[in-house]
Amino acid sequence: MSNTKFILGLFDDPDDMMQGIDNLQKNSIPIYDVYTPMPIHGIEAKMGVKDSRLGYAAFCFGCLGGTVIFSMIYYMLVHDWPMNVGGKPSFAIPNFVPFTFEWTILFTAFGMTITFFAATHLFPGRAPRVMDLRATDDRFVIAVSAKGNVPHEDITNLLKQAGAVEVKHNERKYVSYE
Amino acid sequence: MKTHNSFEERFEFTGKLKTFSLVAIVIGVLAIAFGFVFEGGEHIQRTYSNLLLMSYYFVCICIGGVFFSAYQYVSQSGWSAALLRVPQALAKVLPFASLILLIVVTAGLFQTHEIVGEDGKKELVPYLYAHWAAHGLTIMGSENYDAIIAGKSAFLSIPSFYALLIVLLGSYSFLGWSIAKNSNDEDTTGNMVNYKKNFKLSVIFLVLFGFTFPLFAFGVIMSLEAHWFSTMFGWYNLAAAHVMGVAMIALIIIYVRKKGYMGWLAVDHLHDLGKIIFGFSIFWTYVWFGQFFLTWYANIPEESAYFYIRWEPEFKWWFWVNITLNFLAPLLMLMSRDAKRLEVRMKWTCIVLIVGHWLDYYLMIMPGTVGPKGAGFGVEEIGVFVGFAGTFTYLVFTQLSKFTSLIPKKHPFLEESLHHHI
Repeated sequence: MSNTKFILGLFDDPDDMMQGIDNLQKNSIPIYDVYTPMPIHGIEAKMGVKDSRLGYAAFCFGCLGGTVIFSMIYYMLVHDWPMNVGGKPSFAIPNFVPFTFEWTILFTAFGMTITFFAATHLFPGRAPRVMDLRATDDRFVIAVSAKGNVPHEDITNLLKQAGAVEVKHNERKYVSYE
Repeated sequence: MKTHNSFEERFEFTGKLKTFSLVAIVIGVLAIAFGFVFEGGEHIQRTYSNLLLMSYYFVCICIGGVFFSAYQYVSQSGWSAALLRVPQALAKVLPFASLILLIVVTAGLFQTHEIVGEDGKKELVPYLYAHWAAHGLTIMGSENYDAIIAGKSAFLSIPSFYALLIVLLGSYSFLGWSIAKNSNDEDTTGNMVNYKKNFKLSVIFLVLFGFTFPLFAFGVIMSLEAHWFSTMFGWYNLAAAHVMGVAMIALIIIYVRKKGYMGWLAVDHLHDLGKIIFGFSIFWTYVWFGQFFLTWYANIPEESAYFYIRWEPEFKWWFWVNITLNFLAPLLMLMSRDAKRLEVRMKWTCIVLIVGHWLDYYLMIMPGTVGPKGAGFGVEEIGVFVGFAGTFTYLVFTQLSKFTSLIPKKHPFLEESLHHHI
């Protein structure tokens, strides 16, 4: 029993990589993930990646921001310390609109960023985990889990057939920048 | 997915749509006749206001079409190449729409009626633009002399008013027509010459349009209440015209696709149009609110008079419906990604916006012309709307059927558009 955890197919051409995905899928070999230095058109559909739910998070954060600021200025300007500004009523809703608008956007933007960081395990100060460093530069990488029942030779051959320039048998999942 | 598209496809304007559009024109003519002849009196003013409303609306939708195709060329967009024939059809109708607006404005300016002023005096004023075009307003020493209007007479006088309308509408129409014509010629010649020409024309159009459209809105609509002014009025109208234009483009696309044309367009194209409609509805609200908010906050009598009259019981209800239709409806109906990809949802949002911006114009025009007492919603409003809808349908689909093909088949970015995927 080998200690190989992941088999990585490294391609220097995105079309070859797409061919590689096809080869694996035709043979019912599950793909762990694909890493590319740039967005590849149509890859989500091919890989069956679900639509992002970030929009729902954005909507919730927006509602939260609007509610927070609206209650805040209501408390400050209407309840706690009403002031006479130009003879306007204290609870003058048009006044509240610009604040509410800005805070809705602020909460949406920050909330989306934080949600995205949380979902992708990216935080400032945390060394990003990558499976192959060149996936951020000039290699298109298909990662296949080596724990399945498919012989490693077959996976290697399928990747090579599609035009992989290199096939790695890694014993560790991640190489880190550390 | 259909993979075989005929790029030789031409639109045939026949059948029910043609019959309905002709019937609608007849209904419109009957409604105008009803307002002018049978009802008479106060209703003449109301009919004029409706004619101005609809002809301005008609011009703005067509300008929206020119604007859309112009910024697609300037941004060198690929996604829209396959649907450009629709905005170009709107662009080709602009000369006709401009002519109708000029006729309405001329009739309204030169036909006068007698009114009893607030001081009980009787005076003769034109039906449209009475606030600045009535006799003697700018003549020093006249009993009608109005210093504010006299100060604005360099802009608000009949010669400069006509010069403005003719120069602006003429140049918009000419540029729109040329863009559509070059694109149509491209189908036969097939090299880059026409594309480059259109790029230049579009740049010229956008510069001219950006600076002058506010003047056009100031002249045609804002001057109905000539004592009041708002520098945001032009952008507010520009946003409205753009939303209406794109909503109309989307609606026409949905219709012609239902009839089996333009099979190369996918739900992705609709999605992009939906994003523009959504975004610019928000922009419209932003400018609308900006104008309202500053007036409300400053609370200067000469400025707030504009909103005071729109807050009368006859208009207050419409005031709120206006925001509901033009802001809340697109906001809630088109917010999610999936919503923009549903044809039915897009169709209804476009219809809501087209009705909503009619109401927007209604609130810009009616309080200043007929006032709260004379305003209403009845035969004139519906009839004139139907008449103009018929004219619009007839002219636009006639122009659409005149293109050599429903797709600019030699457009340099056509492949990108055919494979548009988001």
